[in-house]
Amino acid sequence: MGGPCFVEGSNMNSVLPILLLACVAVFFLCRSRSLNLRAQGHIMGASSTHWGWYGVMQVFIPIVLFSSLIWGLELYFFNSAIRALGADLFETAADLHLLRESIRASLNAGLPGLAPQGFMGLLMAVISYWSGGFEAVIPRIGEAPDVVHLELVLHALRLKMQFSTLLLTGTSLIALVFVYRAWDKVSIEFNARDRVEFGIISVLAASSVVAVLTTVGIVVSLLSETLHFAQMHPISDFLFGTVWSPQFHSGEVEGYGSELGVLPLLWGTLYISFVALVFSVPIGLFAAIYLSEYATQRFRDITKPLLELLAGIPTIVYGLFALLTVGPMLRDSFTQPLGLGSNSDSVLAAGLVMGIMLIPFVSSLSDDIINAVPQSLRDGSYGLGATRSETVKKVIIPAALPGIIGAVLLASSRAIGETMIVVLGAGAAAKLSLNPLEGMATITAKIVNQLTGDTEFESPETLVAFALGLSLFVITLCLNVLALYIVRKYREEYE
Amino acid sequence: MDLKARYAKELRFRMYGLVAITLGLICVLALFGSVLAAGLPAFKQTFIQLQLDLPAAKLDKTGTRDPEKMKKVSTIGYSKAIRDQLQQNLKDAGIDFSKLDKKQLKNMISKEAPAQLRYAVLKDPSLLDRPFDFEVLANGRIDGYYKGRVTFETAALDVMISPDQLVLADAMKAAGLLKTRFNGQFFYWPDASDLRPEAAGLGVALLGSLYMVIIVFVLAVPLSVCTAVFLEEFAPRNWFTDLIEINISNLAAVPSIVFGILGLALFINFMDLPQSAPIVGGLCLTLMTLPTVIIAARAAIKAVPPSIKSAALGLGASRVQAVFHHVLPSAAPGILTGTILGLAQALGETAPLLLIGMVAFVREYPALSPDGIFDPSTALPVQIYNWTVRGDPAFVERASGAIIVLLCFMITMNAVAIILRRRFEKRW
Amino acid sequence: MLDKNMEETVSEKSKIIAQDVRVLYSDKEALRNVNIRISEKMVTAFIGPSGCGKSTFLRCFNRMNDTISDCRVEGSIMFDDQDISQIDPVMLRAKVGMVFQKPNPFPKSIYDNVAYGPRIHGRARNKAELDEIVEKALRRGAIWDEVKDRLHTSGTGLSGGQQQRLCIARAIATEPEVLLMDEPCSALDPIATAQIEELISELRQNFSVIIVTHSMQQAARVSQKTAFFHLGNLVEFDDTSTIFTNPQDARTESYVTGRIG
Repeated sequence: MGGPCFVEGSNMNSVLPILLLACVAVFFLCRSRSLNLRAQGHIMGASSTHWGWYGVMQVFIPIVLFSSLIWGLELYFFNSAIRALGADLFETAADLHLLRESIRASLNAGLPGLAPQGFMGLLMAVISYWSGGFEAVIPRIGEAPDVVHLELVLHALRLKMQFSTLLLTGTSLIALVFVYRAWDKVSIEFNARDRVEFGIISVLAASSVVAVLTTVGIVVSLLSETLHFAQMHPISDFLFGTVWSPQFHSGEVEGYGSELGVLPLLWGTLYISFVALVFSVPIGLFAAIYLSEYATQRFRDITKPLLELLAGIPTIVYGLFALLTVGPMLRDSFTQPLGLGSNSDSVLAAGLVMGIMLIPFVSSLSDDIINAVPQSLRDGSYGLGATRSETVKKVIIPAALPGIIGAVLLASSRAIGETMIVVLGAGAAAKLSLNPLEGMATITAKIVNQLTGDTEFESPETLVAFALGLSLFVITLCLNVLALYIVRKYREEYE
Repeated sequence: MDLKARYAKELRFRMYGLVAITLGLICVLALFGSVLAAGLPAFKQTFIQLQLDLPAAKLDKTGTRDPEKMKKVSTIGYSKAIRDQLQQNLKDAGIDFSKLDKKQLKNMISKEAPAQLRYAVLKDPSLLDRPFDFEVLANGRIDGYYKGRVTFETAALDVMISPDQLVLADAMKAAGLLKTRFNGQFFYWPDASDLRPEAAGLGVALLGSLYMVIIVFVLAVPLSVCTAVFLEEFAPRNWFTDLIEINISNLAAVPSIVFGILGLALFINFMDLPQSAPIVGGLCLTLMTLPTVIIAARAAIKAVPPSIKSAALGLGASRVQAVFHHVLPSAAPGILTGTILGLAQALGETAPLLLIGMVAFVREYPALSPDGIFDPSTALPVQIYNWTVRGDPAFVERASGAIIVLLCFMITMNAVAIILRRRFEKRW
Repeated sequence: MLDKNMEETVSEKSKIIAQDVRVLYSDKEALRNVNIRISEKMVTAFIGPSGCGKSTFLRCFNRMNDTISDCRVEGSIMFDDQDISQIDPVMLRAKVGMVFQKPNPFPKSIYDNVAYGPRIHGRARNKAELDEIVEKALRRGAIWDEVKDRLHTSGTGLSGGQQQRLCIARAIATEPEVLLMDEPCSALDPIATAQIEELISELRQNFSVIIVTHSMQQAARVSQKTAFFHLGNLVEFDDTSTIFTNPQDARTESYVTGRIG
């Protein structure tokens, strides 16, 4: 499907003046009429401003709907015309795309008067068209050097003129009708305020739907391209294959030699996340315990912001840290002396740095959870003669356990979805190995690899990135839902 | 268990906590230390001060000083001119450069310099009429020499530089012809190709990031505030609003790379928007930031005491009026804080931008007009990634310098958010 | 007044002696000039209008005020002739148990709730001994029969009255000498309240009980001695019957006849 405008700049601009004019007119008309009614002594529920906005609503929506309809139709006819008339000029979807682009380019090149002028230009062009035909619009269209597929271009131009006429006359008509209608509605009985407020609430509700639409968009795009991928490459190889080695194949040879198993990538992801958690959970948890149970207010005031600082650092910085500092340090201290090679990419480097990134995350979540344990439990424990550490170990942590498990799950979800640290710190070698001093690629790193390479989009090697993305989405979703479920279920324990 | 043992355990436990915090703080220090150490040198650059007396006849063949006509002379002509002028300057300073051949002499200066000189001359053709002072970038390796990356030992093995050139550089420095100074150009020069790290700058990246932050602000804030207001104040309790809430909390936890995939599939493939453009990056980042700001806005609205709303309703205001005239203004500081934090997060994101094509080498600035959001560009974190993977230590140094710039932005934004939060928290 | 409070009769041995106690919250006085002798194996009630300082004073006896950061206690409190500020608070709290206003069982099993105190103080050498301690405490807390078959179910799954009895059993599991009860029945229904009051009368055979209550009738029902607090002062301390039928101070009389509250 093509973009919204096939002659640049002419769509929005062509209708905007009419729209603006109509809205401003109706606003003041309705407003003044309601002011008149007020001056006559009638009491009205809505203020005059409300009336103004009511009028705007009544005019704006029909115009926008109508314009969108016309644009949609125009696009539809344009596309089918190209498909029909130019049937012999293209074979694949990509070629069609190129054809469309070239027609657009021709229109733009041959119609300098049309493109940037917007409303006035379009109006003049339409008028000249109906009075003098093509030659009036573009006197020298036959001469323009970069106009190709002349017949198609003329047809497209004809369509454009016809639809633009429809658009201009239609919107003007609608504007007149609805402005009159709105002005007519101004009366004592009708409560414009409620209508306007209903309109406002509808806008609010519509914006909330964006969140749902985003999720739908994510799911649809991931699923459709994954299905596309499954048609090109056996899905069993993806799900169960233990080798990842995409090949560059040229031209026609389908699926030649590429083995695209996700298991080594999954292993790399899980291994690195595990290392990150092993490092961050104890530190984050103990830091949170100290800060909430032992530290003085002053200590908390200084330390907490410092730890939060770690949370605000972009992951690319951590990635660089892993690549330049931690990786070489590990290589010089462990890998080389042990004779395991001279790679500075390693699971340990990426895992450690990811752990550092997760410390404030785990710490602040744990802090919230520990603070949520009611003071009455602490009092009960102290009252029985327990020391502070006994209270923490035997009463508070057990009570907070579901929340802490939830926090660990959320942290692992974060670790699994992390990209920059592993791209820079863990290398690109996909393997199933237990050695933490080796580099291992993760799902996210390979998504970046496959989508930023030079391979053609329609090949399995590129589309596999969507399958990887779907796997990632599913895994993190399950972890998040599980975390939420555990926290909710066990929260009733002491509420 | 006796009391002493219990208190010993208490002390140990307390120590664990303190050790954990110390480790965390050490990590902070290590991170910042390494970033600063690697990045601060990027803010200094080595330049060669030349007095140029350009051969007007060669560079303006028509003699008209018309830039359009002078454009015909390519950088090759200027390159020769610079080399000759360098020789002249060295002669005037009494420096011996006989050990170097012509090529080596020319290589003292960055390959970017001829283009910069040409640009300057085309902008002001009168420069051909008189001698003038001009600063050219020194070769990247020479710059590296003054920053400790290149030594005489490594120069002996390096194809790009030789020890003789380093000796000459020192002589020039002593004579005042060569200087290492603060590199303000780092902030507005565009990126440079692989062989010229000394000329690489953040100009394009900063502009691209600015556009994207503006787009995120313009799109995400109204959408988030509207959604938050709707969910907190007007939404009925039914399955649909529950669905919306579940969606929002799920989206908040989706890895950022998935938004990049969405951007690729939806904005680039389906909607045909240009690759690598700030509009696409901005849209992806908007979708990513929405949940964060919605959650913050909801918390801010929830924190407004219900008595304020009740008072307004009691005076006869409608629900909409009560919310927009009273609740929202009171919640505004909290919403602002959430917005700033969301924007800071968006500024630092890299993964989604890589997938929408921003990883390409972009040398032209996007237009300084609203249409500029459709021009190819790059962003600050992506530029950092780009430079890092080039491998050249000079580029890595610049990447670290860019990180310092990025961190300054982040720290400023976070600090502003925290200060705002503290200042307005005391209201009730 | 001072002398009467501090008189020690032959039959009443003093467990706790408080002298010139003053409590401040961030330099604001909550209690001043309190002098009292708490007798052994007796139920002493603290009554008075809300906010008058009785709970604050109660919390001095097991040094729970130490856990509040801006609270300062002056004066001397002697427990068995030892200054409590010299006794380790952890040990003190094993000897002076506390039951709170709202039942606060740990989210653990009933068994683990009661066993918590003995475990941390190392009172049992093996499981069998611990079982005995738990059973004894639950019996003394008048809840054994109701829970003996479900000792390993969660303590929070009991009704309000049962939870409070569980908390009482938990507090007495460490065999304290004094039991402090801070409005133990205010969150319970009348039937549960009656059960707890009956329990208190039994408890006094083994423990010295100090109960803070806002209900005069409850004080009259369960206690032998009553102390009346008003606006941070200890106004009168005497036998319960005397306080309610023949109070010496005009303020006491106003309170017990319902004119102030």
